[in-house]
Amino acid sequence: MPTVKSLDDLKKIREEALKKQQLKETAGKSEVIVGMGTVGIAAGARETLKAILDMIEAENLSDIVVRQTGNIGLDSFEPIVQVILAGQEKVTYGKVSPDMAKRIMKEHVVGGEIITEYQIKE
Amino acid sequence: MRELALHILDIAENSISAGATRIKVSVNENLKDDLLRIIIEDNGRGMDIATLARITDPFVTSRTTRKVGLGLPFFKAAAEACEGSLNIQSEPGVGTTVTVFFKHSHIDRMPLGDLCSTLLTLILGTPDVHWLFEYRMNDETFEFDDEPVKEALAGVSLTEPAVMRFIREMIEEGIADTRQKASHAIDHRQ
Repeated sequence: MPTVKSLDDLKKIREEALKKQQLKETAGKSEVIVGMGTVGIAAGARETLKAILDMIEAENLSDIVVRQTGNIGLDSFEPIVQVILAGQEKVTYGKVSPDMAKRIMKEHVVGGEIITEYQIKE
Repeated sequence: MRELALHILDIAENSISAGATRIKVSVNENLKDDLLRIIIEDNGRGMDIATLARITDPFVTSRTTRKVGLGLPFFKAAAEACEGSLNIQSEPGVGTTVTVFFKHSHIDRMPLGDLCSTLLTLILGTPDVHWLFEYRMNDETFEFDDEPVKEALAGVSLTEPAVMRFIREMIEEGIADTRQKASHAIDHRQ
């Protein structure tokens, strides 16, 4: 089936992304992980992850790796989001709604400030 | 779970946990035969006959963090409540295929839901897996293979904003287009 999107378009996107990466080579990547086990999914983890992706798209945030993982083992705190900034300790947040996820993206991942009120102390 | 797309996500997570490197998700809405078919096919480590026999039992799970696994039994119950079925074929070292049928028009059938979000979660969130997706409605088909996309990106992250937008629109438009063509074909027949 013909699609309006071609891989040539994607190659252009790639060139642009590489140019941006060269500009901020030293910054390093941030990692955001969302728990996606059965309990997490039932508690709304997909919507939490979607809010994170929407935020990256809307705010044009580069150099953020978003990962999903199976069960983290903290069922009563699902949905769980973990943030690892380059060279820093992992921070674990619990019961993260889409709105909370957006705040985490803005204040912690971009701003570098941990939101202690959402944090789970392991 | 209130969406079939969330169940699909849950079953695909099992495939990831089973070490699969290639996972195919197929959704087929066959309105002529009033059937909705979902297949999740992986090349993970598979299960032996004994495990397979017990796998839809709510008190069996391969996980170690908690003793009760509810994903598969819930999905099976949802299908059976809609004159459907859930079958698992598995072979150790080869992989597992989960096939689920629903009567499409059944009043208790939960909506398909946000398929695109489920696929983006899987494709972007587990970039090491080769993902294949097929969406079919009647005679129209949309296929997505993430390998050519990854090849074209040559190392640039899938979660770069422009890349993500590209993949999201590709899938959203593919599904919408297929639905539109399929319903046009129905209009023509009438």
